[in-house]
Amino acid sequence: MTSAKTLFDKIWDRHRVRSVEDGPDILYIDRHFIHEVTTPQAFDGLRKRGIGVLRPQQTVATADHNVPTKDQHLPIQEALSRKQVEKLTENCAEFGIELYGLGHPYQGIVHVIGPELGITRPGMTIVCGDSHTSTHGAFGCIAFGIGTSEVEQVLATQCILQKRPKNMKIEVNGSLRDDVTAKDLILYLISKLGTGGGTGHFVEFCGSAIRALSMEQRMTVCNMAIEMGARGGLIAADEKTFEYLKGRTFAPQGEQWEAALEDWKQLHTDEGALFDSVHTFDAIDIEPMITFGTHPGMGTSISAGIPHSEDPSFLSSLDYMNFQPGQQLLGHPIDYVFIGSCTNSRIEDLRAVARLAKGRRKADNVEVWIVPGSKQVEEQAKAEGLDRVFEEAGFELRQAGCSACLGMNEDKVPAGKYCVSTSNRNFEGRQGPGARTLLASPETAAAAAITGKIMPAHALTHPEHYNLSPA
Amino acid sequence: MEKFKYIKSTAALIAKENIDTDQIIPARFLKATSRAGFGENLFRDWRYHADGSLKEDFVLNTHPYPSKILVAGKNFGCGSSREHAAWALVDFGFRVVVSAYFADIFKNNALNNGLLPVQVSEAFSEVLIQKLKSNEATELEVDLDTQSIHIAGTEEKELFEINSYKKYCLQNGLDDIDFLLDNRSEIEAYEASEKKKSWVAFY
Ligand code: SF4
Repeated sequence: MTSAKTLFDKIWDRHRVRSVEDGPDILYIDRHFIHEVTTPQAFDGLRKRGIGVLRPQQTVATADHNVPTKDQHLPIQEALSRKQVEKLTENCAEFGIELYGLGHPYQGIVHVIGPELGITRPGMTIVCGDSHTSTHGAFGCIAFGIGTSEVEQVLATQCILQKRPKNMKIEVNGSLRDDVTAKDLILYLISKLGTGGGTGHFVEFCGSAIRALSMEQRMTVCNMAIEMGARGGLIAADEKTFEYLKGRTFAPQGEQWEAALEDWKQLHTDEGALFDSVHTFDAIDIEPMITFGTHPGMGTSISAGIPHSEDPSFLSSLDYMNFQPGQQLLGHPIDYVFIGSCTNSRIEDLRAVARLAKGRRKADNVEVWIVPGSKQVEEQAKAEGLDRVFEEAGFELRQAGCSACLGMNEDKVPAGKYCVSTSNRNFEGRQGPGARTLLASPETAAAAAITGKIMPAHALTHPEHYNLSPA
Repeated sequence: MEKFKYIKSTAALIAKENIDTDQIIPARFLKATSRAGFGENLFRDWRYHADGSLKEDFVLNTHPYPSKILVAGKNFGCGSSREHAAWALVDFGFRVVVSAYFADIFKNNALNNGLLPVQVSEAFSEVLIQKLKSNEATELEVDLDTQSIHIAGTEEKELFEINSYKKYCLQNGLDDIDFLLDNRSEIEAYEASEKKKSWVAFY
């Protein structure tokens, strides 16, 4: 027996209050994020039981899923959405929870604001009633999505009953090509491992290609770990992590920062620690990716086009998308571009889009929405003059929220329309009933916006290699 | 939570793989602030046309039996963590979902609502799907005590796994919160312990 431990096991063991015999562990939760959609029933549950929130200062709330991304100073038009947001406000007031609601300078998508405020930190356990809680794992912590009953558990006891998942290692070695992004990397991994490839596991991403990513890019990778079925993903903290966190609003300071650093530096997988499964990839094999089907595993390199398959689920997916097996994707006309969501709505994403959009104009056949992940990202984009670049390009810069990621608020893609989206899910109807979603990187989305077609960003810088005549 | 022991019922079959929670209940129907009534919009976009009329070829509209069991392709419940998916299935009348495997969050959500996720082998799943395709009146028996699923009137049977704590909860209709609340003093002791103080998440 080796005593070498994985990073995941180290953090889990620190937070294990005890194990239930033949059952799950009682896991202590450091940080709990909540939003309007998955919590009203949990607060009602507390009221029914006549109990309060055990540690309200460890929970932080925001409104993101249901909020409009235009005219946020006005009351929410849609009655049910407004009611849900109001319920959150009432519940937070009643139970003493900090709320960064609409109009607050910290408001935004829950997985964007946690890291940017320095609330998310290495070594923590973090949960939220939202599957993309895995995003926070980029900071070397255990972060995973939970259901509403579990939200109630955490509110009531600051703990959750959870079976310890297995450990998976995904190592990506070498360097990514210049035109390949973190989004392409994760879409590639999901296309290789499948949407169920990580079921029952927590994934540690490692290897030189992962180390080379910025913190924001690491968040993109961990964000989509859930799309391979994994409970979550994590990346050991390093100098980049510390650099990112230093000086953030709620990050430790002074002596506490020094003490924190000392601890965080211990948080890595020991040499020789055993994983339940290991996958290794070469970064150089990865090309700009796009999805063509109705789950995130149905991805391909843009240049390769749609593969052939006789599988009925595959064919019914293509049917929904109105694509054929073997069809080329390059040059296929599209109707909408959505740049946003907790996967790709941070400032680096907006900068990347602005770099490509600068001095160019969107194609006439597309509508382009850029939705910053948070109020702070929005302000930063304006401070850097990105808003003017977008305006000149004909891209519409909106206000912070989940927006067209999930077809719940006002921002929806109409039935039958193709949308190149930087979000994380291309399920049937995800962006609105009948909408057809193609997941890609912000760079690919920008190229689609400008050319009106499925194109890699390379087409903007090397137009001689592509057919860019109007779609 | 309703207790679960044994169920014998016909089964509705949706042989598709990767049925995600956006299909089970689309986001635009998540706006209710109570747990009730989600069954009406279960599989909304597969069940209804855009104008609200029923789709004539979807199993929940054509199946002549009020089934308590849903049989689905593998990787059922992937995607969003919305517990509304489990609420919708329960509200519609399902007590069991059978699949070759389930997404982790969905599995927890189901168990927390008295909905039993029965994970079967891919081979058994295939037998089940073929059987239901050839005869939609086929009855299945699901027995939690013996952890078995049986195609009634045949020799076809498989055992399934369930964590013994969760099994006990289902059998007795207990939920996790009661259990955790009973552990409150241990939780507080943990918060005060050296183990906890030795690291720094609280800064
Ligand atoms: S942006 Fe999309 S995936 Fe992210 S939290 Fe919002 S709805 Fe969920």
